[in-house]
Amino acid sequence: MAPVVDTLRLSAEEALGLVERREVSPGELHAAYLEAIGQRDGELHAYLRTSETSDGASIPIALKDVISTKGVETTAGSRILEGYVPVFDATVAARCKAAGLTFLGKTNTDEFAMGSSTENSAWGPSRNPWDPDRVPGGSGGGTSAAVSGGLAPWGLGSDTGGSIKQPSALCGNVGLRPTYGSVSRYGVVAFASSLDQVGPVAKTVRDAALLYSIIAGRDASDSTTVELPEPVALPESDRLDGLRIAVPTQLESLDAIEPGVRAAFERTVELARELGAEVGECDLPTSYRYGMPCYYLIAPAEASSNLARYDGVRYGPRADATTYDEMVERTRDDGFGAEPKRRIMLGTYALSAGYYDAFYGQAQKVRTLLIREHREALERFDVIATPTSPTVAFPIGDKAADPLAMYACDLLTIPSCLAGLPGLSIPCGLSEGLPVGLQLLGPQFGENVLFRTGHALEQAIAFDTVPERLR
Amino acid sequence: MSWEPVIGLEIHVQLKTRTKMFCRCAVGFGAGENTQTCPVCLGFPGALPVVNRRAVEWTILLGLALGCEIPGQAVFSRKNYFYPDLPKGYQISQYDLPSCINGNMLLPTAEGDRVIGIVRAHLEEDAAKTVHVGGRSGRIAGADFSLVDYNRGGTPLVEIVTAPDIRSADEAKRFLQLLRQTIVELGISDAEMEKGTLRVDSNVSVRPAGSAELRTRTEIKNMNSFNFIARGIDAEVERQIAAWESGGEVRQETYDFDAASGRLTARRAKEEADDYRYFPEPDLVPVEPPAELVERLRSELPEFPATRIRRIEATLDLDRATVLVTGGLDRLWGETVSAGAEPVATANVVANTLVGAGVDPAAVSATELSKLLEARDRIPRGAFDEAIAKLADPGFSADPYLAQESVSDTTELEPIVEAVLAANPGQVEAYRGGKEGLLGFFVGQVMKETQGKADPRVVNELVRAKLGE
Repeated sequence: MAPVVDTLRLSAEEALGLVERREVSPGELHAAYLEAIGQRDGELHAYLRTSETSDGASIPIALKDVISTKGVETTAGSRILEGYVPVFDATVAARCKAAGLTFLGKTNTDEFAMGSSTENSAWGPSRNPWDPDRVPGGSGGGTSAAVSGGLAPWGLGSDTGGSIKQPSALCGNVGLRPTYGSVSRYGVVAFASSLDQVGPVAKTVRDAALLYSIIAGRDASDSTTVELPEPVALPESDRLDGLRIAVPTQLESLDAIEPGVRAAFERTVELARELGAEVGECDLPTSYRYGMPCYYLIAPAEASSNLARYDGVRYGPRADATTYDEMVERTRDDGFGAEPKRRIMLGTYALSAGYYDAFYGQAQKVRTLLIREHREALERFDVIATPTSPTVAFPIGDKAADPLAMYACDLLTIPSCLAGLPGLSIPCGLSEGLPVGLQLLGPQFGENVLFRTGHALEQAIAFDTVPERLR
Repeated sequence: MSWEPVIGLEIHVQLKTRTKMFCRCAVGFGAGENTQTCPVCLGFPGALPVVNRRAVEWTILLGLALGCEIPGQAVFSRKNYFYPDLPKGYQISQYDLPSCINGNMLLPTAEGDRVIGIVRAHLEEDAAKTVHVGGRSGRIAGADFSLVDYNRGGTPLVEIVTAPDIRSADEAKRFLQLLRQTIVELGISDAEMEKGTLRVDSNVSVRPAGSAELRTRTEIKNMNSFNFIARGIDAEVERQIAAWESGGEVRQETYDFDAASGRLTARRAKEEADDYRYFPEPDLVPVEPPAELVERLRSELPEFPATRIRRIEATLDLDRATVLVTGGLDRLWGETVSAGAEPVATANVVANTLVGAGVDPAAVSATELSKLLEARDRIPRGAFDEAIAKLADPGFSADPYLAQESVSDTTELEPIVEAVLAANPGQVEAYRGGKEGLLGFFVGQVMKETQGKADPRVVNELVRAKLGE
């Protein structure tokens, strides 16, 4: 029997239409994706576990494994949470359920969302649907690979320094990292609390906007959330008349940006101009010089504290030992992989007495400068445009032994994360046969302008989101 | 050389809010282990804290009662360390930006008011309760296993830090009594040391009297009553003076005071200094109490105990006034005196007889008490004591007791006195030999024989007369 839908092509909006018109039942849709997973996930390893039953009234969704799901194991890609089954749903999961969405499964992630390739997952890497020898990006490579590989119509990721935007770029998805404070973090396994944000990964900008509207808004359980100042507007227009787009002058001198990526980016900027946008230049000097070091002080510092709760006392595996101290040390030594250990050490050092002012304190000051620098640029412009990732998807194993090279993947996504600003990545072309991502940055709660810009460009670019080898 | 103790106190007060500091779990004693818990106070992955508004308001209220400034912004930080009673691996606590700073409390003394500085009062969450089973010390080191009850974990806790302004163990005790009464009257905590809702650590050093230096201090922990705190401080002051005078020195250490033996035991020194790696809690936003809220809370403050002590002292004396106020007895005393009773007698009866009988002063009718006090010399002693003990009974009336007359008829009492003397020839001889203190013994015997109905003054005279014969 032929499958009821082509999961590789079907957008979430189209899937919703099928269900609303009763052409396909939610159960049939769920089954179609499970079948696709059965066919392709052996190779892609996008999912850590899937849910065989559909109980919702609407379409399915994939959730990154950092999102707590009641009754379903949630490991955050770490051995230290092996067998941990949450007794509660994360607020975003509960909002998806309330909207009738059913959970297809939990997707792979770098351990505790620390990484840019999913190679740091304790459960093995995911693979890029465009080229299985290459990484899907990370940390949310599982969700991106699932959406790109037709294993989910859409999904939720989490972004600390680029974990939604970068894998979306590498897999040819649309990914939104929302404004800090617009989406609840309650129940999302924490990496760096002042940076973590949950956001949608989808095939189209409209899908991303729709999913964002489901999850966004104040949550009484997360004190850092607020009500959106304006409702989410699904983009309609294919024009960009009057829109002011800025390209940071610093991009020109960033050698890390591959020529093919730069070419696709420049073509897209030209296209924006043709659609009626005014394109100018802005200056973000601190962002590209100090953004990375600033991020690699603040994020590990918060992580070193956030990961302290994994002590073997209340949940997760517990190592055998004769004393409490020994038990905690062994549990953590066995349970954490190399990258969380590295960041716990970095963060512990940065917060230590005598070093705090020079490291964590100084990084907070830099962060304030980044915020100011972005605000000034976004007073003159509606949107800042950059490539999302300096490179296309790289081969598995390429950067695994070189943490600094891996960290550099997030060079362009990190500064706006530190500034708490929303960023949308859309596919803007191919380089070496692999997707290139365009990053659009907006002011706080400027998601609507990003959707509008992204949608118009998406129509003009007409990128085929189905990987060539799967067409 | 004479030495002067320099004492500062750190006081932890558990607030009696309905729910915990950062989650909606109930606060309270006696529930089954780990039943008052949730993902937040158990530190489950992804769970986030939400500040208990009432706890913040009560902390500000307490700060205002202690004369503190309330800064426009307070910030919660994370204090990072590993211990099984700390589910998140960090305690959320105000650190460099607390809710209350720079206050002071007046401690009435015979030499005028002593001003005890309050450095800060900050809000934090309590740890869970651990029981270490096996091993010698009841501590985690050497235990066979440890049990944790997370019910207490996350209970709102205010830490009050005084300046090193206290100069004696007795002063520390009186300060704590007054502070405790202040807290209880604000209605924010039971502040009971036995229950652990009030905990006190003392920082103690000594210096040559008259000098302004601050020498190395030690900390005394684990004292569960004001008297033990005073005794612990006295013992430590003595130890430090002896150390300095013998040419030794005092090391910065933490001691436990064992009330039974009166001994101080130094805790094993840690190998490394604590580094709690404080940083602002990113899961919470700063607490910014609006000025209107602070002013509303200020307007809700009751009259301070110290003020009442001074007012009552004008009628009584400092000691009696202090006992009445810190015992929560001054309202009853005042109302009873207003109803016509004699102030000193009222104070004595309220502070001794009534408290001794375990009567709740809040449930006593001042009118009935004043009637009893007025009739005290007319009615039998036994009737008076019984009436006092029943003062708090619902619908208590003094009238049945007032109707009882004490026996003052000498013809009725004389035979009883004679019988008592006849029954105790040895004591009679001793009395006549000069042991006049035995008078009370004979009077007591007569009172006993009459079931307390005899008028003690008449009995007194009779006994004296008979023995003088």
